[in-house]
Amino acid sequence: MQMLQGYLDEQFIQLEELQDDENPNFVEEIVTLFFNDSARLLQNIEQTLVSGPIDFAKLDNYMHQFKGSSSSIGAKRVKNGCTRFKDYYMAGNAEGCIRTFLQVKREHAILRTKLEAYFQLARQAGPSVIPRGQVR
Amino acid sequence: MGMAAEAQYHVLAVDDSLLDRKLIERLLKTSSYHVTAVDSGSKALEFLGLLEDHEQNDANAPSVSLNDHHQDAEVNLIITDYCMPGMTGYDLLRKIKESKSLKDIPVVIMSSENIPSRINRCLEEGAEEFFLKPVQLSDVSKLRPHMLKGKDKESQLNIINKRKGMEECHSPDKTRTKYDGLEVV
Repeated sequence: MQMLQGYLDEQFIQLEELQDDENPNFVEEIVTLFFNDSARLLQNIEQTLVSGPIDFAKLDNYMHQFKGSSSSIGAKRVKNGCTRFKDYYMAGNAEGCIRTFLQVKREHAILRTKLEAYFQLARQAGPSVIPRGQVR
Repeated sequence: MGMAAEAQYHVLAVDDSLLDRKLIERLLKTSSYHVTAVDSGSKALEFLGLLEDHEQNDANAPSVSLNDHHQDAEVNLIITDYCMPGMTGYDLLRKIKESKSLKDIPVVIMSSENIPSRINRCLEEGAEEFFLKPVQLSDVSKLRPHMLKGKDKESQLNIINKRKGMEECHSPDKTRTKYDGLEVV
C-alpha cells in the first residue's frame, strides 16, 4: 500500500507470507503485540527520562528491546531511529539520545496510525486479503 | 486429530520477547515442526530436565509419561535467542553441551546483533548455526539436516521417523505408542 511505503521493509512482507487460511490474522496479531510491547517500553523510557538523573544504561536496554521488536515487524524508520539512538548513547551524547528518542516516539505514532488504517482497509476488503508484496 | 499423525520433529524455542516467540513459532510451524516456546533459559532447562527423568526410567518401555502434559518432552533441536536477561543463550548453550544427556541436542543461536566474536564463540561452543534476527523462512529451512544428525545420536530415546522406513518402526524397543495406536494423550 502506498501509504506504508518507506515505513516498512521486507520483513513485513515476510510476515504476510506467513499468514494463511489457518492463521488468517497472523500479521495483525504480531503488529498488535508490537504496539502493546512498544507502548510499555516507551512509557518505561519516558519514566527514565523524567525521573531524576537519567540512567542511560537502562535507557539503552529499553531501546535495544524496542529496536529488536521493530526489526521483527519490519518497522524500518523506527528501527533506524533506535540505531541512531545507540550511536548517541555510545558517544555519551545525552542531548542526542533524548532528541532521537523523541524522533522514534513520533515515528512510532505515525506507524501506528498507518497500520491501523491498513488493517481497517484489509478488514473491509474481506478476510485474508492483505495485498502481498505491495509494501516496498 | 493426531492419532496417525506423521512423527514431527520437536523444536524448543527460547526467547524472552513474546513477539519474537510468536514469530519463531510461526516460522517453525510453517516448516512443519512441532514447537514448544519458553521465555527463559531456566525454563528451557526445566523443560529439558524431563528428558533426564525419562532416561532414568526404563528406556525400553513405551513412553507413557506420569505427567501427560510432558509426553512430548523429546526435543530434536533447540533454538535460542542470545540476549536474554539472567541466563543468556550462550549460557544455555554451554549448560546443554556440558550435560551428558542433553549435549547431543543441536542448538541454534539467534541474535539481533551481528558481532563476529559472539558468533564465533557460539559456534566454538557447539552451536550448529547462528541466525541474525529477524529470522527468515530461509534460515529455518537450514535446520532440517541438523535435526537428522541429532536424532541419529539420540538412539536411546523413543523416536519414530516414518520417513526412515517401516522396518525400523516395528522394532519393539522403538515402539512409540502413537504409531501402533496405543496413543497416550
